[in-house]
Amino acid sequence: MPAFPFLPHMPPTMAHDGPVDSTRLVIPSTPLAVRQALRALFDGLMTGAITQTARDAAQIVLAEALNNVVEHAYAQSPGEIEVTVTFSATGLVCSITDAGLPMPGACLPPGDLAPLPKTGDLPEGGFGWHLIRALSQDLHYRREEGRNLLSFRIDAKQFMQ
Amino acid sequence: MLLECSDYRDLIVVHVRDTRIDAAGAIDFKDQMRALTQADNRRVILDLSGVGFIDSSGLGAVVAVRKALGPDRPLELAALTPAVEKVFRLTRMESVFPIHASLPLPATHAAHHGA
Repeated sequence: MPAFPFLPHMPPTMAHDGPVDSTRLVIPSTPLAVRQALRALFDGLMTGAITQTARDAAQIVLAEALNNVVEHAYAQSPGEIEVTVTFSATGLVCSITDAGLPMPGACLPPGDLAPLPKTGDLPEGGFGWHLIRALSQDLHYRREEGRNLLSFRIDAKQFMQ
Repeated sequence: MLLECSDYRDLIVVHVRDTRIDAAGAIDFKDQMRALTQADNRRVILDLSGVGFIDSSGLGAVVAVRKALGPDRPLELAALTPAVEKVFRLTRMESVFPIHASLPLPATHAAHHGA
């Protein structure tokens, strides 16, 4: 794993600004920094009204979106990822920006699952966009001034038991 | 990632003593599972009761372990937490693995080894 020089002892930059329940993180593009950011968001800060089920969904979607930036947008050279999560009784809204490579074709992958083979090789990947699309609403991507902007919403209501 | 192994005569139970199987730990997980399971042909049950989160890289690693065990030795999963169950269900991988709701506890012949 390529080491980011200041990662090991650097927690994600964190600021509470704007509405009370909005959190902004700026992290380096490494799998370990993604893990730390998710832990910061989901192990501690988010103590609002949404259910554990909605929180699980939010963490999965955010993880897949951030891993995608690390593995693809910043595949050639590392950079920073900015994550903003705004949290309310109806769910949460998340936006992610980075200065890495654009999405191929400047649009989001369809996220269709490959059919499972009866025998032979099972797929070990290709699940990420499927999970994002299955669990999020209002998924938007655009490329603007050399940056990728991805946003989505997790609706707390759909996860009510 | 800490994996702990319970050895039985016909069975290995690997307990994941980590709350996450994610992109940062997927390769380590795969390597350790290979080391723990390659010595013989016993059944393998993966105890996921302590894992509260898995991402698609972690899922891919679990699939890779299953494939490495070979077609006659399916990797069995036990005690999936709700977030982990959700990922397996949405990717249809729940149909690929034998899944136990809770950990079966073979009564005898236990000898524990740390890993």
